[in-house]
Amino acid sequence: MSLEASVQLTLGALALDIGLNIEEGEVVALLGPNGAGKTTLLRAIAGLVPISSGHIRLDGRVLEDAATGEYVPTERRSVGVVFQDYLLFPHLSVLDNVAFGLRSRGARPQEAAHKAGEWLDRVGLSSYAKAKPDALSGGQRQRVALARALAPDPRLLLLDEPLAALDVTTRAEVRRDLKHHLASFPGLRLVVTHDPLEAAALADRLVVIENGRLVQTGSPAEVTEHPRSQYVADLVGVNLLTGQADHGAVRLPSGPVIAAVGAESGAVFAVIHPRAVALHRQRPEGSPRNVWPGRITGIELMGGRVRIRIEGEVPVVAEVTPAALRELGLEEGGEVWLSFKATEVGVYQA
Amino acid sequence: MRRERVPIVVAVLAAIGAAFFILPLLGLIVRSPWGDAVKSLTAPETLEALKLSLIASLSSTAIGLILGVPLAWVFARVDFPGRNLLRALTTLPMVLPPVVGGIALLLAFGRRGLVGAWLDSAFGVTLPFTTVGVVMAETFVAMPFLIITVEAGLRSMDRRFEEAARTLGAKRWTVFTRVTLPLIAPSLFAGAVLCWARALGEFGATITFAGNFPGVTQTMPLAVYLLLETNQEASYILSLVLLLISLLVLITLRHRWLGSA
Repeated sequence: MSLEASVQLTLGALALDIGLNIEEGEVVALLGPNGAGKTTLLRAIAGLVPISSGHIRLDGRVLEDAATGEYVPTERRSVGVVFQDYLLFPHLSVLDNVAFGLRSRGARPQEAAHKAGEWLDRVGLSSYAKAKPDALSGGQRQRVALARALAPDPRLLLLDEPLAALDVTTRAEVRRDLKHHLASFPGLRLVVTHDPLEAAALADRLVVIENGRLVQTGSPAEVTEHPRSQYVADLVGVNLLTGQADHGAVRLPSGPVIAAVGAESGAVFAVIHPRAVALHRQRPEGSPRNVWPGRITGIELMGGRVRIRIEGEVPVVAEVTPAALRELGLEEGGEVWLSFKATEVGVYQA
Repeated sequence: MRRERVPIVVAVLAAIGAAFFILPLLGLIVRSPWGDAVKSLTAPETLEALKLSLIASLSSTAIGLILGVPLAWVFARVDFPGRNLLRALTTLPMVLPPVVGGIALLLAFGRRGLVGAWLDSAFGVTLPFTTVGVVMAETFVAMPFLIITVEAGLRSMDRRFEEAARTLGAKRWTVFTRVTLPLIAPSLFAGAVLCWARALGEFGATITFAGNFPGVTQTMPLAVYLLLETNQEASYILSLVLLLISLLVLITLRHRWLGSA
């Protein structure tokens, strides 16, 4: 039993065309840059945006089917949503917010209040039952929003950027709590996020979308080890090149041929970690077969390392220590030689 | 912050403008016969007019809420051809001379009017020159204030709260009563108060459509006007009462609606 969604719709400049399945027991993270269509897909699954073609099925039951015109309205979908800025009702107390879904689904006031109280207990906020949402901190609001979405016992839980509204200091703690609550929720779970750390921490499987289309899906480890788009490569912080493999070498579309152990044939991705790229003032002698000249177009400090962006026949980012940067006397606009070993190039089918 | 220097011409014109409002109010307060105040206020005609005014204006406000909120909702939420025209028609009484409104009401609901003739012949119902007529005249003039205030409230509210309610299983009516109405409560309150104040002060449409019969259609403004001919000093006192009520409304609205500046 699962969610099967095939969603096509156009909304302003966004053309969304995505197939998404969520299996029993899975936490799926929908990862992508701003404007990729993550929130729109979530809204379509919740029935808040109509789809123009495709279908959405939950446990085999049709929620929406563009071909037959079937449409189950949002309020009958058994889908709980934690919205990006939580959208707690400002005129209701915390308890009444959590009880709202139970009341709407026909529970008696006392029964709803009792069950809502249990949920507040579970997220550790029973002492705030009578408070209004605006008296809570961001992290507390997030927990109330989660309790409110879970209280009516939905089959599918959707979370839209659940941590984006929080400041950095509380985010790690709230993320840990959220992971715990997600683990104890028995239904299907989908988290929308633009933060790869969040996605990797919360989900069993990542679904990466860009410009309304799916670009990659897999476990966090698979996705980070084998990025299949520039966006994912940038998120992971590795150099991604595409080309044609030819037994021990990869030919880039612009001409240069990179020596790469393990390259067989066909269209491939080649990944080079920035730390594997060495920089030199003069053309280096010796073993590396991959040696290319370039020009430095950007230098930035990241943590204890320096990331140096190099344009040239083989455009890459190299990562060196600040000491190495000083020793080499590198600066923006300067010429530089870069090298990396053929064994440091990871090659996989495109 | 440095205080802005006021150019002399602006200061003089602004002072004249302010005086134009303050002097009449001052006149009313200074010239009112305070000694006879209690007698004038408790005179049976006055009490009758005051009672009628309160009943009629509160009824108009109630009707305004019952009919005006759905109209405002339709204007704010439903896109249909002719919406702007319909909105213009329903808010026309705000700019229409009230006497013209009264005449228009007569032509529609008078004994020979479009609908009135039929009401008269079919049910024997007469609307003009009755207390119901007063309520109709006041509603006609006052309800537009409620409609535009509530529509503005509906347009500016964050509709995603309604979506959140729907994901929690709330049907449309539940969403409306438990989320939409509470969220626009400030606009609802402001609209109702404006509507009530306008109804309370209504004169032109009322006297045209409902006439001036003590105890039946003679509201406070009508009584004030009539007293001006027969007992000027009593009319001053009644004017002062109306002034105080208006002032109260303004102060309430300043806090609840305009926000204290």
